Amino acid sequence: MIEVTKDNFDQEVRNSSGLVMVDWWGPKCEHCLELMPHVEELEKRYGDRMKFCKVNTAGNRRLAIGEKVLGLPAMVFYRDGQRVAELSGQDLMPEDIEAKIKELID
Amino acid sequence: MLRSPENITQKAGEDMDNLYDLLILGGGPAGLAAGVYGARARMKTGIIEKGRPGGQAATTEELENYPGFGRGTTGPGLMQAMAEHAAQFGAEFITDTVLSLDLRSNPKSITGRKGEYLAKSVIVALGAQPRMLKVTGEGRLRGKGVSYCATCDAELFEELDVVVVGSGDAAIEEAEYLTKFAENVTIIVIHEEGKVDANQASAERAFRNPKLKWIWNSTVTRINGEELVESVTLKNLKTGEEWDYPTNGVFIFIGTVPNSELVKDQLQVNPQGYIITDEKMGTNLEGVFAAGDVRDKYLRQVITAAADGAIAAVAAEKYVHETELWEQEVLQASKPVVVAYYDPTDMAGNEKIILVDQFVRDHNDQLSLVKVDATRNELVARRYQVTPDKLPLVHLFVQGQLQKQTQTITLESLKELTGIA
Repeated sequence: MIEVTKDNFDQEVRNSSGLVMVDWWGPKCEHCLELMPHVEELEKRYGDRMKFCKVNTAGNRRLAIGEKVLGLPAMVFYRDGQRVAELSGQDLMPEDIEAKIKELID
Repeated sequence: MLRSPENITQKAGEDMDNLYDLLILGGGPAGLAAGVYGARARMKTGIIEKGRPGGQAATTEELENYPGFGRGTTGPGLMQAMAEHAAQFGAEFITDTVLSLDLRSNPKSITGRKGEYLAKSVIVALGAQPRMLKVTGEGRLRGKGVSYCATCDAELFEELDVVVVGSGDAAIEEAEYLTKFAENVTIIVIHEEGKVDANQASAERAFRNPKLKWIWNSTVTRINGEELVESVTLKNLKTGEEWDYPTNGVFIFIGTVPNSELVKDQLQVNPQGYIITDEKMGTNLEGVFAAGDVRDKYLRQVITAAADGAIAAVAAEKYVHETELWEQEVLQASKPVVVAYYDPTDMAGNEKIILVDQFVRDHNDQLSLVKVDATRNELVARRYQVTPDKLPLVHLFVQGQLQKQTQTITLESLKELTGIA
């Protein structure tokens, strides 16, 4: 997964063509840490058809708020730089993320 | 090891590998403690948890009232340690979401998204979840400033303003935690000035915290904002006055609701939906126990959840053991079975049991004998109402069915009972 910060968000996400998923996480967000290996698995499965990025919200807080992320975990999908879908919440499951990926990839 | 997807075993579908002695629904402190006790008693124990283990306790940053784990203990840290402890003793962690269950069948059947699981005994430890305010904007702005978990989201509110709704332990303690991050933290309390529901120690500390502001006699009637939270509408319950209070975040801690939706048509629940149990955590169904926050109880804390889990696991183990023994020695026996129930402290009664012993030995080609200490056996009390006041007592079982009984124990009555001259 590409580690994205406020410095390369434009380059990696906003100006990127095709489908991009950004995993917004934080070191104190247990559920984010729990989900991460599953997201990495998903990247192995779908990484040839879309791009996977992650943003550590600690240190990129303004970027998070700018992208309307005020609750973790949050998976935000962008297509050609445009925000197209979002999943968030404490009950977010790896299966939910995969279902959304399948929906958007086709 | 819990965080790696490769290590999450999914057993459903393989032969009888999906049959558990004990299946625990929920991986919070109640479920994890039950896992420690169940697995340590050498039962095949599974813990079904939809996400990470730890339950609500894993969303509490500061957790300093679990005995032996004082200042500096965190909820996620303590829960990780409990999960590892259960895994060490051999409890199997199953990541799945329970969709439906049949708790009356034998074995009990639990259907998850990934498959079916069978269990000789079940502990329902599904916990509780934050109660919602049920005001306009709350659902729409969830994750956009509305939060039920300070640990998860506090960092995002650095330099921003937040309000906390509620005045119980969780509200007051999480508000204090939020002051480390947010610029301003305002607590909205429904009560008179100075009155909170939290414990005295937390309340006094919070009152001394200069970073906390208080709004009394008030409730939130609406959460406002286009894409992110911009303000809350507050109502003063004394004057009826309503006004908008600008804020970036709304943290809601107004109690919990039990996660008993899946089981409440099979298990007896109180009017609020909490599962009713006896002191051994037994529910209205045989072999089904409840533990932790989902149970109707006086105090909902990590320590009481863990205690419930331990009691439930021990009771479940006893249930599984008694049921299996009864099944083998009485219900599946080829010969008619004389069951002699006794009280080991009753000397006169035990003399009569010796008579039964002798009688069966004389006819061991036609009969077998099972002796049961009925002061300690819950199965016979529950299924056949054999209670200590009726002892000694003798039953005759033929092909798994109770045929006859006698409380008078003489050679004649035993001949009469068994039909053997």
